[in-house]
Amino acid sequence: MKVLLGIGGSDDSVRALERVVARTAEVGDDLTVAIVENPRSPRSREEIAERTRAELDDAGIDAEIRQVEGDPGSELVDIAEREEFDEIALGGGQTSPMGKINVGSIAEFVLLNAHTSVKLVR
Amino acid sequence: MTGPERYPDDRAGGFPSPPRTVEDAEGRTIELRVYDGTDADREALRAMYEAFDPADRAQGIPPSRPSKLGDWLDRILDDDCYNVFAWDGDDVVGHVTLVPENGTDSPYELAIFVLQSHQGAGIGTALIETTLGYGAEQGISEVWLTVERWNRAAVGLYEKIGFETTDAESFELEMAIRLDDQTESTG
Repeated sequence: MKVLLGIGGSDDSVRALERVVARTAEVGDDLTVAIVENPRSPRSREEIAERTRAELDDAGIDAEIRQVEGDPGSELVDIAEREEFDEIALGGGQTSPMGKINVGSIAEFVLLNAHTSVKLVR
Repeated sequence: MTGPERYPDDRAGGFPSPPRTVEDAEGRTIELRVYDGTDADREALRAMYEAFDPADRAQGIPPSRPSKLGDWLDRILDDDCYNVFAWDGDDVVGHVTLVPENGTDSPYELAIFVLQSHQGAGIGTALIETTLGYGAEQGISEVWLTVERWNRAAVGLYEKIGFETTDAESFELEMAIRLDDQTESTG
């Protein structure tokens, strides 16, 4: 399966990176990691790219890492459609201080607009 | 996930303090009391959540798996949180919790749960107002919450109490209230 993982650097996106890489190693998916803009990310794009490279190397996976400019949700949907991905994977939301799940705006846009399956990683 | 970037300018005040006894719309006598930190209180709350209808969960809480429910109760019953229970006799039938982001000087996140058997009887309103009164007494000023936007009943209730919408851009509506300083008014 051709999987497009979108990560912006929030904690839930880092968790999604770890899980999707582990899953890719298990089932042999064809993975592309898109690093998207997230102004609220606590990590820089370089940090995220390094982290992604390290995760991929540790798992022995050869996957493309792509820096994506512009609105993250619409870029991910567009790339998935143009390049015929089967699935978009994303972080599944942050939790509030008391543990409520809050779905972010990128995930919301992708869910409502993607023609592929969407996986939210919890 | 943190709270609102801004809070309403107007302050809301005059909320009642616990303990209080109210009569609900079904004529039941309901006591509103602060969580006393005992195991008995904790177990009574746990019993309410074990009886809770999963359809009334909100954004993943309360968790249904027993171990996860225990972890969640540990978090919200921590010393830096404020909790008020609604009692019908020996049973907890409603609960409001105030949980800070990081430390007692930060804004507090509010959540309310009322057992299905006691919904629609005015207990939620009394419980939230009483908890805000308690919070104000303890020096809290900023309180926020998120609510699923299709939950019109809850949104209406929060608005009636004085919450204002601070973010309508996401799946969940974010609402906030700024409390009057009630620390001096111990009447």
